[in-house]
Amino acid sequence: MISNLFSLINIKFLLYGFGLTLYISIVTIILSTIFGTVLGILRNSSKGLPGKLSAVYIETVRNTPMLLWILVTRFIVNMKPVNAGILALTIFTSSIIGEIVRGGLNSIKQGQWEAAFSQGFTYVQTLRYIIVPQAFKNMIPALASQFITVIKDTSFLWAVGIEEVTGKGMILMGSYASTTQVFSIFGMIALMYFTANYVLSLLFRAQQRRLVLQN
Amino acid sequence: MNGPFALFKWQALFTDWTVFAKGFLTTLLVSVIALLLALVLGILFGIFSTSKIKVLEAVSRVYVEFIQNTPLLIQVFFLYNGLPHLGVVLPVMLIGILALGIYHGAYIAEVVRAGINSINKGQLEAALSQGFTYWEAMRYIVIPQAVKIVLPPMTNQAVNLIKNTSVLSIIAGGDLMYQTDSWSSANLYYGPAYVVTGLLYLALCLPLATAARNFERKASQVPESDSEDKKLTYEEDAIA
Repeated sequence: MISNLFSLINIKFLLYGFGLTLYISIVTIILSTIFGTVLGILRNSSKGLPGKLSAVYIETVRNTPMLLWILVTRFIVNMKPVNAGILALTIFTSSIIGEIVRGGLNSIKQGQWEAAFSQGFTYVQTLRYIIVPQAFKNMIPALASQFITVIKDTSFLWAVGIEEVTGKGMILMGSYASTTQVFSIFGMIALMYFTANYVLSLLFRAQQRRLVLQN
Repeated sequence: MNGPFALFKWQALFTDWTVFAKGFLTTLLVSVIALLLALVLGILFGIFSTSKIKVLEAVSRVYVEFIQNTPLLIQVFFLYNGLPHLGVVLPVMLIGILALGIYHGAYIAEVVRAGINSINKGQLEAALSQGFTYWEAMRYIVIPQAVKIVLPPMTNQAVNLIKNTSVLSIIAGGDLMYQTDSWSSANLYYGPAYVVTGLLYLALCLPLATAARNFERKASQVPESDSEDKKLTYEEDAIA
């Protein structure tokens, strides 16, 4: 009975879901890194309206559950389900990354800014050449952990019927009844997430080691 | 007027306010008990992972890596759909408490480990040389100092835990998100339902998140220790 569970068709079925999980995760990570960085920089440097707006955005969104944003985009925005899912994950993750970027920028001592200004750097140049490279190194652990969280969070999309790997696994489980089969399916899903996340965290650790060694 | 936020939809919501109140209380109850469980597990495994005993360290490593690298929802589904195959049928609220406690316990264990590691080794050695046992040194010397460093990320974990209680709605757990979802999918009054729910979660999480930031600021005002690996406080404001 284990052998018919591990048939080519079932494996392909799960892998297809895993592919969708990875696709949603990668697009979400790219988009939220862009929006989150903008939000974090605005919040950190602007005293005016843009800074206040990004503060309100960050504080509101990161203090409400992601599932709420999934339901909101699902029922209020008229989009293809997968795109609505990516939108929801991006809305939520951008706020978290915004907060990480704010913390990273704050970790750089004020003297660095002043030194750069005194050398004739403009604001953007200072950010680009002095602050961000140092802040980025400090942000790596938090970013890594958030990217892993994105991969895990895609599983919530099954709540609105998007068949990523959790969804595929639960559907598959519906047609198998024995304890061994059900537990094997759980094992396979967990293994897929674990592999993706573990590889990601190893990559980040290697990157951080390289950056630390450079200095 | 029949927009998503039409007045009569708000009226319907306030007539049925007990539905939301019930969900809110369930969320609150699950959060508090799960947080206690997470603290117990987190402190226990955090201390394990810094202990000299290799087996304890390994057990803690496996717990943290496995739980942090698999989704909470899978863990919930395992308790909900998997355990009954072994004849163990748990009530949904208990599933929520167990799953959230175990999941966030793994994160708190890492926070505790980092906190203990941030205290200079010399402190422990000095205490041991004065005749403290390992546990006494932990209790009187290391932990009181580590608490200050650990408090901000710990509070953030509490916020994450509260938000994650919404996972219960997927297994009909009766929490706030579940009540909102079932109320609004019955009458299609999504607009007001989502706004009120968002505000209720905000009311729980925002004060904690703000407290976390204040703890961070306070911790950063403490004079630098000479410990090399005190890098974990990178998030704190450097204005001080």
